[in-house]
Amino acid sequence: MTPPLTERVNPLRDPRDRRLPRIAGPCVLVIFGVTGDLSTKKLMPAVYDLANRGLLPPGFALVGFARRDWEHEDFAKIVHDAVKQHARTPFREEVWRQLSEGIRFVSGQIGDGDSIRRLRDTIAELDEARGTGGNHAFYLSIPPGLFQTVVDQLREYGLAEQRYGQWSRVVIEKPFGHDLTSARELNRVVSSVFPSSSVFRIDHYLGKETVQNMMALRFANQLFEPVWNNNYVDHVQITMAEDIGIGGRAGYFDGIGIARDVIQNHLLQLLALTAMEEPTSFEAAQLRAEKQKVLAAARPAERMDLHTARGRYAGGWQGGVKVASYLEEKGIPRTSTTETFAAIRVDIDNRRWAGVPFYLRTGKRLARRVTEIALGFKRAPHLPFSSTDTAELGYNALVLRIQPDEGVTLRFGAKVPGTQMEIREVNMDFAYGGSFTESSPEAYERLILDVLLGDPPLFPQHEEVELSWQILDPVLDYWASLDEAPESYEPGGWGPACANEMLARDGHVWRRP
Amino acid sequence: MIIQLTRTTTGEISTALLRARRSAGSPAMGMVLTLLVVCDEKEYESALQAAMEAGREHPARILLVVRAAGRVAALDAEVRIGEGTPGEVVVIRMRGPLAAHPASVVRPLLLPDSPVVIWWPGKTPANLAEDELAGLAQRRVTDAAAVKRPIVELKLRAETYHPGDTDLSWTRLTRWRALLAAALDQYPARIQAAAVEAERGSPSADLLAAWLQSCLKVKVTHKTTAGPGLTAVRMTTAAGDIAITRPDGLLASYAVPGQPERLVALKRRETTDLITEELRRMDADEVYAHALLALQDYTKTAPAPQTAAAKRATAKTASARKSTAKRTTAAKKAAPARRTTKTASKRPTTRRSAAKKAASAAEAATQPTAEQAAADQAVDQVDQVVEQPTSHVAEQPAEQTAEQAPANEGTT
Repeated sequence: MTPPLTERVNPLRDPRDRRLPRIAGPCVLVIFGVTGDLSTKKLMPAVYDLANRGLLPPGFALVGFARRDWEHEDFAKIVHDAVKQHARTPFREEVWRQLSEGIRFVSGQIGDGDSIRRLRDTIAELDEARGTGGNHAFYLSIPPGLFQTVVDQLREYGLAEQRYGQWSRVVIEKPFGHDLTSARELNRVVSSVFPSSSVFRIDHYLGKETVQNMMALRFANQLFEPVWNNNYVDHVQITMAEDIGIGGRAGYFDGIGIARDVIQNHLLQLLALTAMEEPTSFEAAQLRAEKQKVLAAARPAERMDLHTARGRYAGGWQGGVKVASYLEEKGIPRTSTTETFAAIRVDIDNRRWAGVPFYLRTGKRLARRVTEIALGFKRAPHLPFSSTDTAELGYNALVLRIQPDEGVTLRFGAKVPGTQMEIREVNMDFAYGGSFTESSPEAYERLILDVLLGDPPLFPQHEEVELSWQILDPVLDYWASLDEAPESYEPGGWGPACANEMLARDGHVWRRP
Repeated sequence: MIIQLTRTTTGEISTALLRARRSAGSPAMGMVLTLLVVCDEKEYESALQAAMEAGREHPARILLVVRAAGRVAALDAEVRIGEGTPGEVVVIRMRGPLAAHPASVVRPLLLPDSPVVIWWPGKTPANLAEDELAGLAQRRVTDAAAVKRPIVELKLRAETYHPGDTDLSWTRLTRWRALLAAALDQYPARIQAAAVEAERGSPSADLLAAWLQSCLKVKVTHKTTAGPGLTAVRMTTAAGDIAITRPDGLLASYAVPGQPERLVALKRRETTDLITEELRRMDADEVYAHALLALQDYTKTAPAPQTAAAKRATAKTASARKSTAKRTTAAKKAAPARRTTKTASKRPTTRRSAAKKAASAAEAATQPTAEQAAADQAVDQVDQVVEQPTSHVAEQPAEQTAEQAPANEGTT
């Protein structure tokens, strides 16, 4: 065991030395629900990628917990295959050897005392054998309904204790509840055991890189801030489209719907990042304070019937494949009224944004997978051209592309060469992938590293989660009060007609992303 | 697309670049920097390969400046676009008197506004500050390990350091340094002593030792092993050693007092990796500058255990140093003339070959087989660094090498 030592500055660390990465201390990462898709496709590859980049400590251990009759070796094989198939960085035998030494599996059931006791013993063994010194992170890749049980058991068996010089952290995934009440309940459960600084909520749609990229664009440049307000911005469109259906997630998705799944956390987070004031510093607490302020000032449009839209995908042909309608998906009841497309207008009541509508839309089985924020600028107050000259000139737009192909597009008018005077819109494109040195790490890599380093998360804490629900709950209540089912839309398009009407009422048109 | 241009001009190269880019659908618009690679025909293949691979992560305009043989001034170029790299590659071969004015060719081909990085995969000019091409770049990347006498080379880099210089022997250390720093994060004990073990003639080992010595303010010893590269670093604390040992160049074992020994992947890195890391930052590396400064102190305090014979050798070179110091200043004065003598190089050939002989004799002298003498080799070589500029202008007096050679005769 490391003897208790007084705080000393590490002589090998120099703030000017930006080559040296921070490497997490020795620790154990315990994954509950390790047999899930997420775990094999994202978590295990992310762990390997971190190791490959030299960011994992020599004494790192990975413990899987699930209801399977596996030995450590079986589990190691699963991890090995998952890593080979899905890791971002090339597979290297020596990195694997470093990792494989610390891989363990505990077979057991959540809620069963014996299982947790076995888990505790395994962790204790690792603390000894790998020198992980009582530092543990628990990744709950399980349905939220089981959180209470797991968290209670962790406390009961002393695994959640915060001792001096050691840490115990918990990671939970979205959704963070399904409305304000359940979000509060969830927070109560988790915070009864873990202090809020030890709770890491991940929204895997929104990587930390993206957040930091947006901050850099907005606050490191002089160019954008002067026009980043209602003097110049006409409206903002935030889109997250998926081209896939619900896949095998019927059990999870039906009754929840896409508004809860995507708007509550992801789109409202993007809105907060777009609309917030400049934080006094980039400390997580300052950033959260600004996001909370802007979320507190945001509210759904007053007329829900005019400024919300929802839809549900019909069957048909999409991208050369015949696809089933939502109601025909396996496990969806005929009577379901769950929406797979949602669009809402959000207004922000503050000096910067009063009068600028924020349109949020998300849907499944849309034309392509894309996430973007588009700021539409007002037209020039006077155009010294004839109207035919500018017939094809729309409005200037600044588009922050989140994925795929993260980058920035600026649309503006340019003269068509050779004509007398004809102005048409052109794109000026910047792509992170094209101009930067390394491919961005996966959201999960950053998150796991943050958890292991104990970096205060940029991810929402419970206040933000609750504020988001306060914005969305009235819309959900309104939709629940309606008798008719959501409007059908063709797969592979851009959503139902009512979404277009919703914007047309304000004199806008959805961008084709 | 590869466009060959023979007997060409910079203007034609620019036109070819533009044409190639257009016909490929403007794929190279996001280029972030110009990477100048200066090499000769021998190093050309591997340098092109490494630069193109680095270019995959950093879309860049890569200008490969090749000093080619030939008496008549001539400029040949090869423009490659869309050939396995997102950026543009131009291979420029300069012959004859033109080779003395590479900047005149390269300057119009630099990308506007964006930074310029220059990299010498092999032989590097003695003083970067005086080099014409180096003057165009913000960042100058050298590789001490790629030349014949790495430690001498590194010492030279230390003497002529300018902000923006880096050597790949420093880049090779990043993973080691990260692990060592992390070890002290985990186990923040007072370090009483430290040791670096590496194969003979590893410039990285010297740099690491110097860096550790200056950071930890303790004596760092340096031990020669069979390699490959760095094999171990030990930091002694009251409770025992913090040790990272890597005997096979792949997988290291990591030991901290009171904790079990663990494995950590620590592969020796490829040149592409190193260049990619270098291109990640465009500002001067102050920590490297600091380490170089520390290296000068480190080698002065001569940490390795010495035998009587080695001591004698050091004393000799030390006395030689005094006289060479005078010569160095003389050489410096003569320096501006150097380039011209080089290009109009018919006359001094005989002198140069004589100097070559002398140099190889000196080299043989500095490669003793006896273990103890080998340990002291670093010191030996470092002392010779002072002579480097003189040997470059081919004015090294023969009697000095003659005097040195017999001193080490028994060991060769």
